[in-house]
Amino acid sequence: MDELTVPPIRRIDLGNDPRVVESNGHRPAAVVRRRRPARPAGHERMTLEGLGVAYAAKRAVRDVTLEVRAGEVLALIGPSGCGKTTLLRTLNRLTELTPSAVRSGRLTLDGEDVDTLEVTQLRRRVSMVFQQPNPFPMSVFDNVAYALREQASRRPRRADLREPVERALRRAGLWDEVAENLDHPALRLSGGQQQRLCIARALAATPEVLLLDEPCSALDPISTEVIEELIVQLASELAVVIVTHNMQQAHRIADRVAFMYLGELVELGTAEQIFGAPRQQRTRDYVSGSFG
Amino acid sequence: MATAAPTRRVESSSSWRLTDRIGLGLCWAAGLLLCLIAAGIVGYMAYRGLQYLRPHLLWERPLSDSDQSKSGGFFDPLVGTVALTVIGTAIALPVGVSTAVWLVEFGRPSWLARLVESGVEVIAGTPDIVLAIFGLVLFQQQIFALLSFQAEGNAVFGRSFLTAGTMLGLVALPFIVGSTREALQTIPRHVREASLALGKTRAATIRRVLLPAARPGIATGTVLGMGRIVGDTAIVVILLGATLQLQRVGGPPLIGDVRGTGSTLTSYVYNNSPAGEGNASEKAYAAAFVLLLVVIGLNLVAGRLGRRKVSWTS
Repeated sequence: MDELTVPPIRRIDLGNDPRVVESNGHRPAAVVRRRRPARPAGHERMTLEGLGVAYAAKRAVRDVTLEVRAGEVLALIGPSGCGKTTLLRTLNRLTELTPSAVRSGRLTLDGEDVDTLEVTQLRRRVSMVFQQPNPFPMSVFDNVAYALREQASRRPRRADLREPVERALRRAGLWDEVAENLDHPALRLSGGQQQRLCIARALAATPEVLLLDEPCSALDPISTEVIEELIVQLASELAVVIVTHNMQQAHRIADRVAFMYLGELVELGTAEQIFGAPRQQRTRDYVSGSFG
Repeated sequence: MATAAPTRRVESSSSWRLTDRIGLGLCWAAGLLLCLIAAGIVGYMAYRGLQYLRPHLLWERPLSDSDQSKSGGFFDPLVGTVALTVIGTAIALPVGVSTAVWLVEFGRPSWLARLVESGVEVIAGTPDIVLAIFGLVLFQQQIFALLSFQAEGNAVFGRSFLTAGTMLGLVALPFIVGSTREALQTIPRHVREASLALGKTRAATIRRVLLPAARPGIATGTVLGMGRIVGDTAIVVILLGATLQLQRVGGPPLIGDVRGTGSTLTSYVYNNSPAGEGNASEKAYAAAFVLLLVVIGLNLVAGRLGRRKVSWTS
């Protein structure tokens, strides 16, 4: 019976890595950062200046200023309700679906104010993947082709769409698994495959920015690993912004990390800096597991 | 550590209080009674129907004769039933689906949405005979002359396949609104957002994602509504003109037919049965059996369609 006794929680000093808090006193396997392709430092894709979002009287996001760069993964972390998902949904103006949401501040895409863009155009350039895998109830092929077709039109024809559909499925690392079954219903795929299909769908219109809202939280560890690899690969071609609850995940895949708390951007830095040497006390407490 | 042998315990109602056991027994009895009633109806109608149903009845036209061996079959009522079902469904389906889409996807201002909901409920609760009489008053107005025909002296007859089909559309409408609404409501919000996030408009999202996803629900409601149209009698007797054979009025083919009058299986049964207006019980039983088969068939189809629902990760 004695192996069942739980040792008291201990905080052990591991140099400048206060993240490591383990209930059994063992040092966990160090976070292994995913290998990323070499890429030049990216230019700014989106800039947020003094961005705020309020739902009626509740201010969900306050005065956030940061930039989203091409060629990198930016992770938004923070406890539930800190405004990270709202911030993400502001980037493609999805918050506008909520009638009570009011946005303030300035948001640009490639130097253009997003409010001057047609919202459908903006969303083709700033694409999004959701927490729950949500393929549409149609075939694998049609799910990807849907993004390429003009609004509700069925044109262009299937033959013309074959190539871009294949390209999107290859980029999402799903092609080899579905090439034989393009006409099968997408909802028959496994959860991990469904989520990669949603990524393929989001990539089909060749967006410049890819938004991911906790894309792995409904998936098993193996599917999560596949998708993390994929995100890191994709970041060499476009700008990726990911919301995650999982600090290890942020550490594994992000180039830069933004820590949000109560709607404010508390700290923004490289993943090494945020997890290794946070400057703000609140960041330090959060990444060490004191709250969250 | 010793583990206890697994035990299997099943709760038994024998340990219940007497009143609870009587209550349970009544629930059983109620269910069994319904089964018996249904089996009784189907069994008796099958017995009588098979006794009198002959294939030629299905394609012989009905004739007016008090001798049952000379009064023909019920081809015209069969065509009438199909025609009314097609007309009623063609009207109810687009109106019902549009209403449901508006209620679920837009539904603003909310007082208007509540008003629309109450409107649908009122239509669902209105007795058919009231709809029939209202329809007759309405379609005898001059502006609806095109739907039926104008007698000498400009009086509008008001009775035709078109006028009866329109009112029967109202009978089917609440089923279609209800099941389409339910189907749309089960689609998670993030599925709509996923389509919008691909740069699609709301209209494209509704047409290409939401309506296809709701198709099993829409189909179920439509088939249930069709069952109601097939089984309706009051509107048919009052608004279809109650002519034994299809009576076309002037006009191009098909249009002249649907502006004309006729009968359906229900009105045929009513007009032949001794319980109704006639004295041809053999014909009435045969037609009633066919009617019952059609309605049971439609309900089986509705049940099958209802099982094809999309299962979402929510």
